[in-house]
Amino acid sequence: MSKSKVKKQKRRDFWERNKKTNGYLLRRTIGDYTVRIIRALLLFGLCFLILQPLINKLSVSFMKEADLYDATVISVPQHFTLENYRLINELIGYWKCMWNSLWISLLVSALQVAACTLVGYGFARFKFPLKRFWFACVILVIIVPPQTIMSSLYLSFRYFDVFGIYGLISGGKTINLQGSMLPYLMMCATCMGLKCGLYIYMLRQYFRGIPKELEEAAYVDGCGNFQTFVRIMLPDAKAMITSCFLFAFVWQWTDSFYTKMFLGDVEVLTKGLNSIAGRLDNFVRQTGAGLMASEAYLQQQISTGILMTLAPLILLYLFAQKGFVESLSQTGIKM
Amino acid sequence: MKAKKPRNLRRRNAIAGYLFICPFIIGFVAFLLQPMCESFYMSLCRVNIVANAPKGESPFDMNIITTLKETNYYRAFFVEAQYKAELINTLKAMAIQVPAILIFSFFIALLLNQRFKGRSFVRAIFFLPVILSSGVLVGLETNNILMSGIKDVIAESSGPGITDALKDILQAIGIGQKILKPVFDIIEAVYDVALASGIQIVIFLSGLQTVSPSMYEAAKIEGCTAWESFWKITLPMVSSMILVNLVYTVVDFFMRSDNKVMDIITKKINPGMDYGLGSAMAWAYFGIVIVILGIVAAILSKVVYYYE
Repeated sequence: MSKSKVKKQKRRDFWERNKKTNGYLLRRTIGDYTVRIIRALLLFGLCFLILQPLINKLSVSFMKEADLYDATVISVPQHFTLENYRLINELIGYWKCMWNSLWISLLVSALQVAACTLVGYGFARFKFPLKRFWFACVILVIIVPPQTIMSSLYLSFRYFDVFGIYGLISGGKTINLQGSMLPYLMMCATCMGLKCGLYIYMLRQYFRGIPKELEEAAYVDGCGNFQTFVRIMLPDAKAMITSCFLFAFVWQWTDSFYTKMFLGDVEVLTKGLNSIAGRLDNFVRQTGAGLMASEAYLQQQISTGILMTLAPLILLYLFAQKGFVESLSQTGIKM
Repeated sequence: MKAKKPRNLRRRNAIAGYLFICPFIIGFVAFLLQPMCESFYMSLCRVNIVANAPKGESPFDMNIITTLKETNYYRAFFVEAQYKAELINTLKAMAIQVPAILIFSFFIALLLNQRFKGRSFVRAIFFLPVILSSGVLVGLETNNILMSGIKDVIAESSGPGITDALKDILQAIGIGQKILKPVFDIIEAVYDVALASGIQIVIFLSGLQTVSPSMYEAAKIEGCTAWESFWKITLPMVSSMILVNLVYTVVDFFMRSDNKVMDIITKKINPGMDYGLGSAMAWAYFGIVIVILGIVAAILSKVVYYYE
């Protein structure tokens, strides 16, 4: 049978079946298609809404300054140029910043996720006194805004002393930890870094969902607590741990609050991004083009800077998208 | 002998549990509880900075304020004019935006949970805000004049939108302008809402995927329409997610870099400024939000349905 014949046959079948159901089939098919069309339109619109600023930035970043003032140029640059990227690279030292951002984010998120996995597993699988109390503390960690405790945290690192122990030994002296990375790393290793409460929560939820029989089998076979955790539970939670790691990485990469507070001297991308305005003014003054960069020019450079900051993340996201999204949507986060 | 064994196991379990969570306990006590108490104490005090403090000693000189009119809390609300106004503005924005974000993300999660072509692509785009709206980027975005200029040009060139037309009609009739104003505000700010609801969509989606399809099937056989099964099955099954998302959205509001109240607080806490006042402002803000959150969570948890 040829293709057109099959089609004809199908169409005839459809009308026959429609007749048998008193027109229900036709109505349902029409309804189905309308829903599909409306959904497609809606999703397209919303996707466009999210992508549009990115696209705008992309097009602006390729323009020459003259294009910004040209009313006929909206999104397609008339004078295509890579000058802006070169300029930003020069202003903030892009590659150095990126390298710093990269190793700091990797180190910090690895520490955070390692600590949070341990704690999440502890909360999910063991019964111990005051468990509910400690879990309430996790919720508290999620809720308390870091700004509230910032000032005294700052001080406690300026005059660092673990419960006065060090002071007893060295006779009243304290350590000045300010300006080094150590305080922040300590906070990350003890689950007090950026959004750590959330990771504990997510991982606990995941570990709770793994069937208990797996562990019991391991115990029967003579595994200890820690060995069971490393050999049975960790491989099982790989997807979830990866997505937590990705979250931690992304948020650390774009964070400016903790970075400003603890990593004052290290040149990272967010810091560079914040300093573009000042440096551009300097640059303009040096080249003798004026006293200050014009507002539009400044915004153009900032847009370029944002794109350059985001570029590695978007690359990462493209590769890890599936792990990012699918594993997370299968965990079933519940309260 | 028989009675002893389970207790031993329980004790071993407890010790192992504490070993696993000990990083958290150390961190909690050292880096959260202690600073929290200290900053609360600070908020009650007049904090003076001693210029040439002896080495190794805190340069702060704190004395508790006893007269009501001089307490930091009183000053925050009645002396610093800016703080109160911004606080009210932020709370108002929160009251409008949080429900908008919740509804929007729930709706999108419902859409993304259906089967259609190119679903994984669309999902990838909708989770992009997790990256786009994080950290320093929001603050840079909001005062970018060039971008909003381009947006305006595009909006103009595409003619008046549906919302404008609707607005005009409603204004001409002259009804419900006050009630509908927040609705129009949200529609105009739909980009902000979409950007802020990345994680919330993920959380709702994870909730939707735990609902077993057989439940819908059974309902359909019994003659349930899609509309009915939404209210009777979908909503109760994911109601616990609403609570999670509510907490998360409100907390996220604190951390946003375009939060004006936090701006004021951060400026006050900078070296050389008024530590006591800054701490008091932070605590007042935190306290108000916690109370609101507590009330809403208490009401919601009455409605939330747990499947287990």
